[in-house]
This record gives sequence, structure tokens and C-alpha cells, in this order.
Amino acid sequence: MAERCAVVGVGQTKHDARRIDVSQVGLVREAAERALENAELGWQDIDAVVIGKAPDLFEGVMMPELFLADALGGAGKPMLRVHTAGSVGGSTAVVAASLVQAGVHQRVLTVAYEKQSESNAMWALSIKIPFSQTIVAGAGGYFAPLIRGYMRRSGAPEDTGIRVAVKDRLNALKNPYAHLKFPDVDFDQVANSPMLWDPIRFLETCPSSDGACALVLAAEDAVGASPGKPAWVHATSMRSEPTMFSGRDQVNPQAGKDAAADLYKKAGITNPREEIDCAEIYVPFSWFEPMWMENLGFAPEGEGWKMTYEGATALDGDLPVNMSGGVLSSNPIGASGMLRFAEAALQVRGEAGEHQVDGARRALGHAYGGGSQYFSMWIVGEARP
Amino acid sequence: MRDVAIVSYAQTPYVASETKRNEVEMLMPVLSEAVDKSGIPRREIGFTCSGSTDYLAGQSFSFVAAVDAIGAWPPICESHVEMDGAWAFYEAWIKIQCGEADSALVFSFGRASMGDLPSVLTLQLDPYVLQPLHPDAISLAALQARALLDAGLGSEREWAEVAARCRRDAKDNPDALVKGDVDVEALLAEPNVVSPLREHTLPPVTDGAAAMVIAAGDVARKVCEKPVWVRGLDHRVDPHSPGLRDLTLAPSAKLAGEKAGAASKPLDLAELHTPFAPQEGILRRALALGDDVRINPSGGPLAANPMMVAGLARLGEAARQLWTGKGERALAHATQGPCLQQNLVCILEVA
Repeated sequence: MAERCAVVGVGQTKHDARRIDVSQVGLVREAAERALENAELGWQDIDAVVIGKAPDLFEGVMMPELFLADALGGAGKPMLRVHTAGSVGGSTAVVAASLVQAGVHQRVLTVAYEKQSESNAMWALSIKIPFSQTIVAGAGGYFAPLIRGYMRRSGAPEDTGIRVAVKDRLNALKNPYAHLKFPDVDFDQVANSPMLWDPIRFLETCPSSDGACALVLAAEDAVGASPGKPAWVHATSMRSEPTMFSGRDQVNPQAGKDAAADLYKKAGITNPREEIDCAEIYVPFSWFEPMWMENLGFAPEGEGWKMTYEGATALDGDLPVNMSGGVLSSNPIGASGMLRFAEAALQVRGEAGEHQVDGARRALGHAYGGGSQYFSMWIVGEARP
Repeated sequence: MRDVAIVSYAQTPYVASETKRNEVEMLMPVLSEAVDKSGIPRREIGFTCSGSTDYLAGQSFSFVAAVDAIGAWPPICESHVEMDGAWAFYEAWIKIQCGEADSALVFSFGRASMGDLPSVLTLQLDPYVLQPLHPDAISLAALQARALLDAGLGSEREWAEVAARCRRDAKDNPDALVKGDVDVEALLAEPNVVSPLREHTLPPVTDGAAAMVIAAGDVARKVCEKPVWVRGLDHRVDPHSPGLRDLTLAPSAKLAGEKAGAASKPLDLAELHTPFAPQEGILRRALALGDDVRINPSGGPLAANPMMVAGLARLGEAARQLWTGKGERALAHATQGPCLQQNLVCILEVA
């Protein structure tokens, strides 16, 4: 039987378009030091380090964890490097938690990062090897048709995405670490922003960011050494499916549904809408909020958009979603998944500051990647499982 | 800790350049063979984990295509490390320890021939202070070899003897790439590639893939006549910069060996991930391997060094030795990074 595991430290950098004040080393170190400080622990207290990031071509360094080992106090310790496409930040936290749950380590530091300004992610995403299908004009080009598919199937009002973007951008104003902040953002500003990949407008899109996130995970016996309220890991889940095959539902992928079902079962949740207090999910393009609400079982199929429309996902709604401002506001790709997981932990630790949801006891962190084919999620809670 | 065993292993014949098949096509037969041999139906395998790097394919998300080779439908619980497959094995072992799976499929693949591997590996170095100097992988290994000579911890003759032994042993391995009987004097007459390294001390650029199924106690006993049990497993990393290390030592390998309990009982054989011949001596000393321990009976990385696969292949080749009665206790080692920076040690036993 697995050992209990809790988040006892959370840290992140200020996310920005270009963090030219730090190297990659400085960036990961900034997040890791903050997580250790938050946990009131030192480098010597850490047993193992787990690093995650998206494709190495984004910075132009092959397997960069090798040169980052020193800065993350890795020397003499076990170190793992996870890469599961866009879901990697989440998967990295899941792998780090499993080192504790397996009973192998007492305290694990996990760090995810991306320093997109060191190269051109659009280029890195678009190159192809001969005879294989191109992924077309970056991620937006890939996902726009899926959003069209959702709009057609659900009959959702055309402005649903705009409403998601306004909500997330207003939430970002409460988050000191967020990259994009538009102080006077409103419906018209989003609606009038340029169309990039129809139906995705400029302000409905995630940015390219430099940033890092770090968590300290501890076994039950080691939790007491850190003063904050632990965010207990109630369940984790990961699922993958192939990119394309005839009949694959890319709008509402089976892998996401299966991961959510597995997650709720492990956490003993039968009614997620009622039993989960808030959710921080991976929404790189505004329309993915209603799509994932359905995929995660918070709304019946075809009705996810109603949650956005009725304000259920607002900070004061019955299921606040993306309290931090989400991926729309900060997107250091490799870290984006872990930032979702970290926000869930911050909420149940009561450390989310201005974007704290009152009485958040159980929170969902979610990430996805590839062509909507990799999913990783966790549920953290105030109560010891 | 739960008992975990290797129950099946498969690998491609290793080749200098795979030009007819892409990664998925390379993997398909290997995955099928490993799953079929395991006796566990594919749908019942609880976890899948792979190791590979985008820098061999020259394409981001190159591992995503590999999902096509697994048969991931209905969706599966799966993960990937941007590391040698030996670390995918570690992650799978952890998953089983958590009780989240009773069996796992582990695989890795690499086609190093598509680029200039020593130069590609330069991109693995610290991009701020080391990469701009552009030391390639062979030059860094040469620095390490020179440090050994200077410290009196090796000789060019010793390295040639290692190479000759590996090629001779590789004759028995149908999957090995470089094999045959060679004269040590003839090897020593070769010119230097980068002094003091000659061609025979270097790993062959190799394309290939490998897959393995591991399973927890009862499942392993049920499906496998002779499970190869994991009795110890640990991995550690050293600082990155060669300037910060004594290159004649591998402290992280030593520590991993100690944590894995390598010395608790006598070993019959060791499969060491030694891309460069001089590294065998370093690892022998770090892991305290006596003269009675057979080193790399498969031929080792000097006979076939599929990048990202060679570490996992050490585990697989060690298991094959135990399956065929060549010993009862083996050490398998994997490394990555410049000059043996990161090391994994696994102790395997039958019975």
C-alpha cells in the first residue's frame, strides 16, 4: 500500500516574456529556493530531485537536467527528468509524488521550467521529419479546429471563449507571479483583439513565457518539519492515447475521461462538482475551459459552456476555475502543468493570497499535452487521506 | 518493498544505420516480442514507461509517435523520461512499489546515425560556459582517459585488451554490431582519433530499440519460469562540469552501487554501460568489482551502443545471461551525461 504524501512547499518565479535577468540555472534556482523557503527546509533535507520540461529544442540544450543538477542540489542524489509533452509539469509532480508514495524517499524536490525566450517555440513545434504529418503553425493551428468541433457539437454561444478570457485575465490581476496583466481588460477588449486562428483571438491565447515552478513533497513522517498546512495528495492519475486514428474523439478525448474517472475513484469522489472546491486546469486557449469541464465530468456533455456563462467558474462561483489566471496568463510550457498542480496545493494550504477561494478544502490540478492525448491530474486536500 | 522481476526482454539486432524503418517501425516487433514472451496480455500490463531524446530525431515531441507502437487504445497509464531507458525502468519499478501497477512495459529507442553523434552530445553541455567551447563527446572522454594515464590508473594496452575481449564475447551475441577476434597489437597500431583514444576504444554509433516487461512477485512467478529479481536499485548524479570532478572517479556510481547493495554477496557478472573503453576501469573500482566478475559478457557498449537504449540493454543483457544459466547474481549499470556524470546500478538475481 502506498505511503501518504503531501505538498509542504510551493515556489514559483515571476513569469515573463523574457527573464533576461537570469540564466536557466537562475530561473530554476529561484523557484526551488522559494519552495524550500516555503517549506522551511534546506537543500540538505532533500533526498531526490525530479525535473520536468517540454521539448529540449525550446532552449536548445539536450537533456538540460544534466547541467542543472548542480544548481538544484542534485549532486550525490537521485535525479529524474520527465517529459510527457504539455502535460509534463503535471506528470513530473506525479512522478515526484510516487517516489514518496513508494516509500523510497522522505522528501523530494520537483521543479518544472521553460525559458522560451532562449529560442522560438513556434519553430520548435512546427518542424517535422520527412514523411510525417506536420503539426501546422504551432499549437493554435492544431487546436482551433477542435474548438470549432466543440462549438458545432454543443451549440455554445460564440462569445463563450471571450468570457473565459475575461475571467482568467481578471484573476491574473490578483496573482503577483502572472506574466500577462491587462488592468482594464473587459469583454470588448478581448472581442476586438485580432483573430489569430479562427475562432481563437489574440487575447484568448496563452503567451510564451519564461518561468519555473517547484514543489517540495514529503512523506507523512516528514510533514511535521514544515510549518505550513500540508496539501495531502489524495489521488494522482495519468493517461495517454495515440495522436490520430480513425474515429478518435479529439474534442472530448477518452484518455482525459479515463484519467478523471480513475482519479475520482482513487480519491473516493462520486460527485466532482459537489465534492471539489476549485479546479486549476490547463486552458491554453479560452475555449478549452468548457471543453475540459465536460471531459472532467463537472458538466454533462454539451453543457460545459453553461458553467462559464452562468459564472460558476468565476472566483466567486460554485466551482472556481483557474484562480491564478491560468495558462492564458502565464505559459512557461514545461512548468505550466506544475503551476496548475501548485495552485491546487496553494488553495488547500490557504496560501493563494488575493486569489484564495474561501474554504477550499479539496482542489483539482490538471494538465494535458500533445494533440489532447496526454493527461495528468491530481487532487490535493486539507484532510489527511 | 515489493519483489519485482524482469520477466521478458527483446531488442532489435543493432545496426550502424537503420535506414529502412522509422522509430515506430523499429519498435513494433520489439514491443510485441517482449509482451508475447512475458505471458501477460497487453491489456493487463498496468504501466508503460519509455526513454528517448528529441535530439536524436532532431524533432520536438519525437516520443509522441512511439505511443502508436504501444497500442495505447483504450488509453493507457503511461509516462516518458528524456533519459536512457534504464531510468524508465526505474520509474516503472517505482510505480509497482506504489502498488499502482503489478506489471509494466519499459522500452527505449534511438537512431543516433541520423546526426553526428559526438557533436549532438556537445549540445548536452552547460550552454553558458562549456558548450561555447564545443568539446565533443570523444574529446571529453579523451580528457578522462588522459587523467587516468596521468594518475597511473590505466594504460592504452589495458584499453585495447578490454576492446578485444568485448569483441570476442560479442561473437556469441547475435544482436551485437562490432564483433570478432582481433589482435591487441593490431589495435594498438591504430592511429589516435583524439589522443589517447583510438578507434577501438570508442563506441560504435548504433541504431536500435529494446523493450522489457517487469512484474511484481506473484505475477512474475505465475508467468515466468525463471524471473530475474531486482534485489537492489539506485541511481545518483554528479556535478556536471568536468572541471568540478576528478574524472578518474565516478562517485555517483560508487554511491549507487553501495545503495543497491552490490557488495552484499558475490557477483557472477556485470553489464557495465561503458561507452569508452577506459571507463571500464573507473567503474570496476567504483563498484568494487573483483577479477572474478565477468564484465560485459554480451560484448557491452563497445560492441553495440544504441544511444538512449544501451543502459536498458545492460539490464536486458544481464537478464539474458542469468536466463541462460551464465550466473545467478548480476550487476547492471547505466550511465548518461559527459564522463559518467549520472549512474544507475541494479542488482539482479535468479532464485
